[in-house]
Amino acid sequence: MNTMIKIVDLHKSYMTKKALRNVNLEFQSGKIYGLLGPNGSGKTTLMKVIADLHQQNEGEILICGEKPSHKTRAFVAFMPTENFIYGWMKVKEALQFYKDMYQDFDMERAEELIQFMELDKNQKVASLSTGQKARLKITLTICRRAKIYMLDEPLNGLDPISRTKIKECIIDQFDSEGVMIISTHLVNEVEQILDEVIFIGGGEIIISGETETLRAERGKGLEDIYREVFANA
Amino acid sequence: MDFSNETPIYLQIMNRLKSDIVTGKIKMGEKLMSTRELAVSLRVNPNTVQRVFKELENEGICFTKRGMGTYVTEDEATIALLKEQLANDLMMVFIDGMKKLNYSLVEIIEKVRSYGEVNK
Repeated sequence: MNTMIKIVDLHKSYMTKKALRNVNLEFQSGKIYGLLGPNGSGKTTLMKVIADLHQQNEGEILICGEKPSHKTRAFVAFMPTENFIYGWMKVKEALQFYKDMYQDFDMERAEELIQFMELDKNQKVASLSTGQKARLKITLTICRRAKIYMLDEPLNGLDPISRTKIKECIIDQFDSEGVMIISTHLVNEVEQILDEVIFIGGGEIIISGETETLRAERGKGLEDIYREVFANA
Repeated sequence: MDFSNETPIYLQIMNRLKSDIVTGKIKMGEKLMSTRELAVSLRVNPNTVQRVFKELENEGICFTKRGMGTYVTEDEATIALLKEQLANDLMMVFIDGMKKLNYSLVEIIEKVRSYGEVNK
């Protein structure tokens, strides 16, 4: 196990609002992390700082020993919540677009995953359902041969079938040399696939630790722990 | 498979596999699914499944052939012992519950007999 991401005393604020305060975290290879917290808790901001899309105001982030830059972007695969694929593209063009954009994109793997996700390569992106778009987004992200994968709300607003497909895809494609970070508030959905959880609220880390240890210590499931932690949030 | 919150997930999966082995649903000497296959089918973390295999191996119930996968033991005595253990676990929970209801051991045995006759 190696430390892939190390975050020390991180602060980030937008104009007047403090988005992250005093964040200290380490992410190890071979683990799947859950970043859990309500809307506006800082999950997306944290991911975007790691992805080099935002800059922190104070503190340090090291990704495989390097500060976030175009260099680290080459091995950090981030899936934002927004729809980032042009509607006029066909599914196969979206794959090609990713192939052109990212050197580490694995087309063979993508072709397989498109089938598993039951997507039609010739369909226009604009005509895909919400669930299908989500499945395409995750396919594009996960088919990069990156070291760090960050999925921002991969299950939000999706039907049960799409959620299951996406979870199976995450489990199947997980690389034991890499790190996977999943942000969500759908705790029940991800409880069984997380090695470690990080509860984040109001921009601060409230609890972090091994899922199984937390469950044992508190004698309850993650959902109940979540309710307890954020009861006043 | 549904999981409860009371017990660690790897233990729940272990128990499920154990009872499948004891009842012959999974045969002696049979090759188990790979870590990844089992993880996807149960929708759990691959590391959890890896732990399950390691613990089953420690208990002598499974063994790994290098580069081939994980297999169920072919030793009948081990399986018989496993069956005994699973039965004992159930028995312990049951007797414990009955004792809390102030049943004596003799009464419990009588209760089991009459219950068995009614619910054949």
